[in-house]
Amino acid sequence: MTRRTFLGMPATTPPVTAPAGVGHLRGEESFPTAARRSLADPQLRRNLRHATTTIRAKSAGVIAEQSDWEQLRTAGAAIKADTLRRLPDLLEQLEEKVTAAGGVVHWAADAVEANRIVTDLVRATGADRVIKVKSMATQEIGLNEALEAAGITAVETDLAELIVQFGDDRPSHILVPAIHRNRAEIREIFLREMPGVDPALTDDPAALAAAARRFLRETFLSTPVAVSGANFAVVETGTLAVVESEGNGRMCLTVPETLITVMGVEKLVPTWRDLEVFLQLLPRASTGERMNPYTSMWTGVTPGDGPQTFHLVLLDNGRSAVLADEVGRQALRCIRCSACLNVCPVYERAGGHAYGSVYPGPIGAVLSPQLTGIEDNASLPYASTLCGACYDACPVKINIPELLVHLRAEAVESRPRPTAESIAMAAAAYTMDRPRLYAAGQRAARLSRLVGRRGRGLPPPLNGWTASRDLPDPPAQTFREWWADR
Amino acid sequence: MVGRPVTSRDLVLGRLRAALAADDAAAAPVDVPRDYRQAAAVDLDQLAQRLTDYRAHVHRVAEAAVADTIADLLPDGGTVVVPPGLPRAWLPPTVTALPDDGLDHARIGAADAVVTAAAVAIAQTGTVVLDASPDQGRRVLSLLPDRHVCVVRADQVVATVPEALARLTPHRPLTWISGPSATSDIELIRVEGVHGPRQLHVILLP
Repeated sequence: MTRRTFLGMPATTPPVTAPAGVGHLRGEESFPTAARRSLADPQLRRNLRHATTTIRAKSAGVIAEQSDWEQLRTAGAAIKADTLRRLPDLLEQLEEKVTAAGGVVHWAADAVEANRIVTDLVRATGADRVIKVKSMATQEIGLNEALEAAGITAVETDLAELIVQFGDDRPSHILVPAIHRNRAEIREIFLREMPGVDPALTDDPAALAAAARRFLRETFLSTPVAVSGANFAVVETGTLAVVESEGNGRMCLTVPETLITVMGVEKLVPTWRDLEVFLQLLPRASTGERMNPYTSMWTGVTPGDGPQTFHLVLLDNGRSAVLADEVGRQALRCIRCSACLNVCPVYERAGGHAYGSVYPGPIGAVLSPQLTGIEDNASLPYASTLCGACYDACPVKINIPELLVHLRAEAVESRPRPTAESIAMAAAAYTMDRPRLYAAGQRAARLSRLVGRRGRGLPPPLNGWTASRDLPDPPAQTFREWWADR
Repeated sequence: MVGRPVTSRDLVLGRLRAALAADDAAAAPVDVPRDYRQAAAVDLDQLAQRLTDYRAHVHRVAEAAVADTIADLLPDGGTVVVPPGLPRAWLPPTVTALPDDGLDHARIGAADAVVTAAAVAIAQTGTVVLDASPDQGRRVLSLLPDRHVCVVRADQVVATVPEALARLTPHRPLTWISGPSATSDIELIRVEGVHGPRQLHVILLP
């Protein structure tokens, strides 16, 4: 990583990544292994292709209406870069504003601590059940499992999250966690798992949504504690914002007596005015809408309106390690819109589960390895063709291809022993520095025309390269020979 | 620091400061260009069209006709949740008003409708924003009933999102509403009517 030490920097503060054994940032197997399985599932590939094609078209339509889209992207990237540069001071200011408005701010160094803070806060209310509005941060830290271990039931209220929870499944998309399920599969899951469900339930999406409405209404009205994430926190006012569609967010943010919001430290925007940029970028990049149906904003506690106790948990869990990498830190600009997933040819075929982490797709391939340390997600930076569609789609201009290459270099460096790749790269570098050796090597390669048949691939240990690529036939004449002959 | 317990706050802020301290470039100020569109002429037709596009029902009437419009939307004897500052002239005699004097959730949820005013509306996005002023009431009033009737005056309409934020007060609880409750979670097909009001009627006054 590009880190320099400087005078006065304590030698005891190396970047601290997210701990293992808690949360959902690490898969159980490497990306190629997991992807091979999902590629063999034709239903999954059909569901994904249909969904990503639909949302790409919707998003392109509303972005075309916004003639200043590029200016908004530039402004969004600049606001986030400015925020990251001043992050520690801004966090202190946010704490002051939230506290002054009647909220309580907690700091969590990692997932273990965040889970403990939330569990203790819920216990203190005496509740044995919480309602949750979809939040990437709480999925990242494995909050539901931690609450369950403490005897507290966490009810996911987002329709897709409910489908995932009922199906004992894992989310596969940031915005639409059940994108891998079609309506027939969702109907089956509801019929099997939803208490009190009408046995005549059809697979009409409106009927499925209505079933969720009936099932959750009583839960919303009878649960005294809600847990949420946040899309934005405005430093100068202490205001938090949650962007959603179904109204489950409004329920969680309005009805209970106690609200606990878990938020990554990077979610800040410095000024109220900055929201004008992100409230235009996010819905168009995310759901392909001019504006999402509901956005809630609250500042601390409002007497007589909404939760009368508000806790804000600020989460590091590896974000400080990402910030320490001068190239890698741009991943912290991410506003979790999932546009990069929807345009990615690798995501569309492999699906979200193959990435292991709760953050799938191109942004996951650059964020997860940085949060955990490259050793634990070493295959993810390779889960890309470097086609660049993600960079073009990103509303805050995260240069994901640049990050992928940066992390690949890091993955190679981090390997304990020399690998075929590092030996090959070292040999190539040595040979290319010596023209006569290089020419000899090219002539030698030509000999393989006599022994190799096209499509057979390289022998071990180089067969990893040709497992998914055709080895081109070496030409009869090298460029240098042709040049010398003309 | 020796001898003093390190809080998680100190730990997190210390790590973040260390992460930035190694980098001179991080100290350079970042200029935020704001050459995107700030304001535009208000187009009420655009507001109506974009609200309708997301399945809200738009009624363009004079203020004197608000009560008749609401009467047509609701069954005779229907119950209507009423925020404390709502103009009473907007309510038709055919409905039963439930003034919010601390109504419990069950009664709010069982009502046929809620009628509110608005703080701001945004033409380009088809959005109405409530700020919990007395003519809109606490947030839960516009959340639990199955129908939300929102009365917007033309002078409350702005063209763009930046103009809307400039008019709003951050310290009030704000609810931005663009069409009725909806989901796209099943095959990314938009379905209106999940947990919030399944019908949104916007009465747009001149």
